[in-house]
Amino acid sequence: MAEFLQFLFSGLTVGAIYAMVGVGFAIIYNSSQVINFAQGEFVMIGGMATVALTANAGLPLALAVPIAIAIAALTGLALQKFAIEPSRGASVATVIIITIGASIFIRGVVEVALGKNDRALESFSGDEPLRIAGATLLPQSLWVLGALVAVAIGLKLFFDRTRVGKAMLATAQNRLAAQLVGIEVNRIMLLSFGLSAALGALAGLLTAPITLTRYDVGIMLGLKGFCAAILGGLGSAWGALIGGLLLGIVEQMSAGYFSSAYKDAVAFVIILAVLFVRPSGLFGARGTDRV
Amino acid sequence: MRALLSARIGGVLLLAAIVAALPLLGPNRFYVDMAMKSWLNAAVCIGLNLLIGYAGQISLGHAGFFALGAYASAILTARYGVPGLVAMLAGAVGTGLLAFAVARPILKLRGHYLAMATLGLGFIISIVLTRELWLTGGPDGVQVPALFVGTWRASGLETWYWIAGGAMVLTAWLSLNLIDSGIGRALRALHGSEVAAETLGIDTTRYKVMVFVLSAVIAALVGSLFAHAERFVTPQEAGFLRSIEFVTMVVLGGMASTFGAVVGAVILTVLPQAVATFQDFKHIVFGAILIMVMIFMPRGLVPTLAGLVRRPGGGPGA
Repeated sequence: MAEFLQFLFSGLTVGAIYAMVGVGFAIIYNSSQVINFAQGEFVMIGGMATVALTANAGLPLALAVPIAIAIAALTGLALQKFAIEPSRGASVATVIIITIGASIFIRGVVEVALGKNDRALESFSGDEPLRIAGATLLPQSLWVLGALVAVAIGLKLFFDRTRVGKAMLATAQNRLAAQLVGIEVNRIMLLSFGLSAALGALAGLLTAPITLTRYDVGIMLGLKGFCAAILGGLGSAWGALIGGLLLGIVEQMSAGYFSSAYKDAVAFVIILAVLFVRPSGLFGARGTDRV
Repeated sequence: MRALLSARIGGVLLLAAIVAALPLLGPNRFYVDMAMKSWLNAAVCIGLNLLIGYAGQISLGHAGFFALGAYASAILTARYGVPGLVAMLAGAVGTGLLAFAVARPILKLRGHYLAMATLGLGFIISIVLTRELWLTGGPDGVQVPALFVGTWRASGLETWYWIAGGAMVLTAWLSLNLIDSGIGRALRALHGSEVAAETLGIDTTRYKVMVFVLSAVIAALVGSLFAHAERFVTPQEAGFLRSIEFVTMVVLGGMASTFGAVVGAVILTVLPQAVATFQDFKHIVFGAILIMVMIFMPRGLVPTLAGLVRRPGGGPGA
């Protein structure tokens, strides 16, 4: 039982990170039908920028975190403004290559600016593990889980209560109709890139104390986030959230009970299995084609 | 029809002439090696282009098939003493069977779901190759014996340059013929609209599966050649980044253009070496070039440039 609880804790922690990255994928996909393969780089920026601001520049954590998130958000805005928007109307494959180009570019910039080494970030509130029914839980995991809950509530309020949030949903449902009722679709898309970049950065800086961070951690985390988004059904933020948590839990359970050698493969085996049975993910709408 | 025929044969002859003429520029080993790798990459991309450019189905996992071919050759020849050509054939057949087995459920998926599934397939292959140390030698890779055809030993960079060039020209010839056949027309129809193609009586699933398997087999065969040419393979050949590299070559050169696939492969094989002069800034430069080309030439280099030549002064080209 203690063992199970232990795997569950680590699964939830990892899953929360996947969930936040996955929600970022969903938000961008909803407003622009773009799968942003540079999403993982926002996660990396979050971690690396926080490390640089605290360790190199000596800023307190409470100041470094918002600045790191702002840097990522600005990167997201720039990506949309200078790379995605000019390619409006290009094929899916072309846009995918543009976001891949952007991710190589961003990695290159961070590599030059901050170097290639592993960087560690201090835990936000110590490393003394909490003991719960024989299992241990790192305080940093509580930060991660707390952040996920806060993000979920924040998004719920944002989409339900604010005009901008509703405009974003409207754009996702029907771009043209949204434009007709006076929603500035381009600004909504810009906002969605900023928002999802900020979410990614938050995930990155929360996880950096647990796993270390480096200029290239974004590749794998981005792919796992993409898995989460697909598992939940593309375009559903809640689907991505649940998909991410599920993915994290199954991954850690299989690593714990079977073998950690195939930990990274588990996510993809699950994805293939789910897609073979439900081609549009767990919660995705079944699509129809227009001729 | 006659014009088509001559364009087809003319194109293949042009490629063959380039392959034949290139060594005249000089015996610099570094350049010959780069040219050899360009041709091998080009052959994979010509196959992949049939899938992406003509059938309109994306695959982010083709490096997996490439690596399966490479490892089949490596393991069968080194460990079990199987003759090189037989190992190559076994790799191609095995990869083809795997591709065929997964093709139906995978190709049912659309757009980004298909991208995810193929990505996942490639990832699983690369992880298995990395983890099954007893068979593959693990992350450090594995030595590959020289390729023997009968008693003739295929070795030396120059020999492999000609083998790679020959393989590329042959693949191009195959691809151009396929595109001009009924299969090619069916593929273009289903790229335009799958539903419309179905109402015309085209068995879209059958054609998609056929092209998926064909492109996987081509990748596996080239993988075998690569293994013998390099005499060494690592699981990185199956990696996600390698799959992305193949797709980028196809898209950059121009989708639905066999020559585009070749141009894209050559550029992306040479460019990383060229931008290496920027040293620390090489990834920044490489990423920026990729973004710029795709923004300003969203249809890829060859179709965009061909359009310019055909209609000077701009306007949508053919």
